[in-house]
Amino acid sequence: MSAAPQKVKAGAEQISVKVSAVVPLNDLVTRFEFQRTDGQHFPTFSGGAHTVVTMNDDGRTRLNPYSLMSDPTDTSTYAISVRRDDEGRGGSLFMHTRVKVGDEMQITYPVNLFSLDLRAKKHVFFAGGIGITPFMSMIAQLERSNGTWELHYAVRTETLGTYVDELRYKFPNKVHVYYDDRSQSIPLEDLLDGQPLGTNAYVCGPKGMIDWIHATAAAAGWPDAQVHSEEFTAPQPGKPFEVRLCKTDKTIQVGESESLLEALEREGVDAPFLCRGGACGQCETDVVSYDGEFIHRDHWLEPEQQAGQKIMPCVSRFVGASLEIDR
Amino acid sequence: MTIQFNDETFRDDYSFHNSDWAIKRFPFPFHEDSYMYAVNMEQHRGGPEGSVYEKRFDVDEHYVSEMRDRAMVLADDPLRCQSLPHMKLAGWDLLELIMVSKSEDYPDLFELHRDGNQWRWVNKPLGIDDTFTFLDETTLPYGPMEYITRQTQGDFCVLDQREENLWMDAGMVTTQADWSLDFDLGMNFFEWHAPVPLAHEMGIFKRALKFLLNIQQGAPARRMNWTMTVNPLLDTSPENYHKWGIQKTTLTPENIGSKQHLRVELQTFFRLPRSNALVFPIRCYLCSFQDLMTMPKWGRRLHRVVRDLPVELATYKGFIDNRPMMLDYLSQFDDGLPTSPGVFPEPETEPPLNKAG
Repeated sequence: MSAAPQKVKAGAEQISVKVSAVVPLNDLVTRFEFQRTDGQHFPTFSGGAHTVVTMNDDGRTRLNPYSLMSDPTDTSTYAISVRRDDEGRGGSLFMHTRVKVGDEMQITYPVNLFSLDLRAKKHVFFAGGIGITPFMSMIAQLERSNGTWELHYAVRTETLGTYVDELRYKFPNKVHVYYDDRSQSIPLEDLLDGQPLGTNAYVCGPKGMIDWIHATAAAAGWPDAQVHSEEFTAPQPGKPFEVRLCKTDKTIQVGESESLLEALEREGVDAPFLCRGGACGQCETDVVSYDGEFIHRDHWLEPEQQAGQKIMPCVSRFVGASLEIDR
Repeated sequence: MTIQFNDETFRDDYSFHNSDWAIKRFPFPFHEDSYMYAVNMEQHRGGPEGSVYEKRFDVDEHYVSEMRDRAMVLADDPLRCQSLPHMKLAGWDLLELIMVSKSEDYPDLFELHRDGNQWRWVNKPLGIDDTFTFLDETTLPYGPMEYITRQTQGDFCVLDQREENLWMDAGMVTTQADWSLDFDLGMNFFEWHAPVPLAHEMGIFKRALKFLLNIQQGAPARRMNWTMTVNPLLDTSPENYHKWGIQKTTLTPENIGSKQHLRVELQTFFRLPRSNALVFPIRCYLCSFQDLMTMPKWGRRLHRVVRDLPVELATYKGFIDNRPMMLDYLSQFDDGLPTSPGVFPEPETEPPLNKAG
């Protein structure tokens, strides 16, 4: 270590925001716009980035990622579009039913796991339903840099075609919409066949659509590295568990939305850490005894170490009857 | 804070020198009495006041002279600065990051005035006052990366992120520890690290890559690296090895204290917002052995680290032949007393050297 590391929370940096607009777009999708409570500008971001929104649902903390779909160069406002999922864990329902203009919330700095390949000579986007959101910011970015792109967008019905009118109005020659209820489908094989060398394809939508595009592109001879995808899955909350700390001689509870490391810190146990992402190895902790199953999420431990010898408390969890660690 | 900038050289007569202030804040890289590779990453969010870790881009007394040396290297060899076509946006990201950071961290030295995309940049130490249009290359005398890195200490690797890997697709590299941007350009993380001994077997690079791929906006990281350099040379490049390599044979027991330098790299990592690229600044600090020995803790520790370093590492770092002479010199400053943990010299509390001559 060179200089004393400062304690911060796991995950990306947080930004305090106020909800500045709630705009229902159709029966299922609503846009939420945020402004910073400190009056500063947001960081700019790259097309395809997402933010993780923290929701305080009557004392229960929910953390859901949503694509940033505003123009990346507009640093006054961030926008997300949330599709209501009546079957889901409740994050989208909370957004739709509870969040009002003026509410204060926490969101993270942008994180991009679905970025444009800037080497591409052309970008072809395939969106299914709410999968349109990352492409909204990608399109804005490419429009500013005179990039070449086209969008193929499958929606269920005309009324559920989120942003269809806006996209068609602005880019009549680049946007192609396909309606399920009119039995229209993306002519994928033809589209993949006719592209110039150096074209990259991007898909965001249901898992079946992602698999279909990857498989069809591979069959057509496209290199894997030129087909990019992002599948939206809600984060898995961890179940609370109990841990015995043998050095501290204490038994503590790890809550649903906190890491084992954060629980240690909350209890005043001086646990080492550095990256808080399961990669640096600093917080590696010996397991003294256990009766149950580990949920290892680190990139550090070897498989044999994960088999009951060690745990990385910054990211990993436990489910079972008892766990004792060397802290 | 006002910095008195040195007028000094890193070549020919080597008038480079560290003030007492610079010695005390030198980023000594060893936190204990031995050294082995580690991913040794930590967050880059400031550090003790006055230390090299405090600011996002440290500016010190060598700034003006280092920039003069960089201009000379570039005049001789323009390929030290290269950017593949898809890295232009990352270059603008880097320009913005440095201008914003320096103007906020050193308001007495640097100013940035922004009105939409019309920007005015004032760099007082270098006497620059330019107005340009952000994202319009034609309004700057160089490309954005070259423009700003001609005004910022340290080498810069701008890494594209794709296919779960990092790619050395742009950079400004004139103060390097014997590697070449021209050779490494376009390589991925494993390819450009291929020459490093031991670390691959230890799985260091796989873990390091995973960490770097996950560095996010607003959460920069840093680590240290080090080597040895005879004479205060910034440009120890393979391209110029015929000029500086031979100088390693000029060490004598009489001149080693002033000629032999510990070379420390403060490496930082920032996610760039518009391009999603990663910038990897590598800032080089030099300190002569005799200046290091003014701190008793560093004297004791440096002797122990150099003595116990594995042969492979001493060979890779290029000082295996000179190690016996270094140890003869350094052993004079090691009285066997224990050292306190951590990198800081702690001259007030560390016991003075308890050894005659």
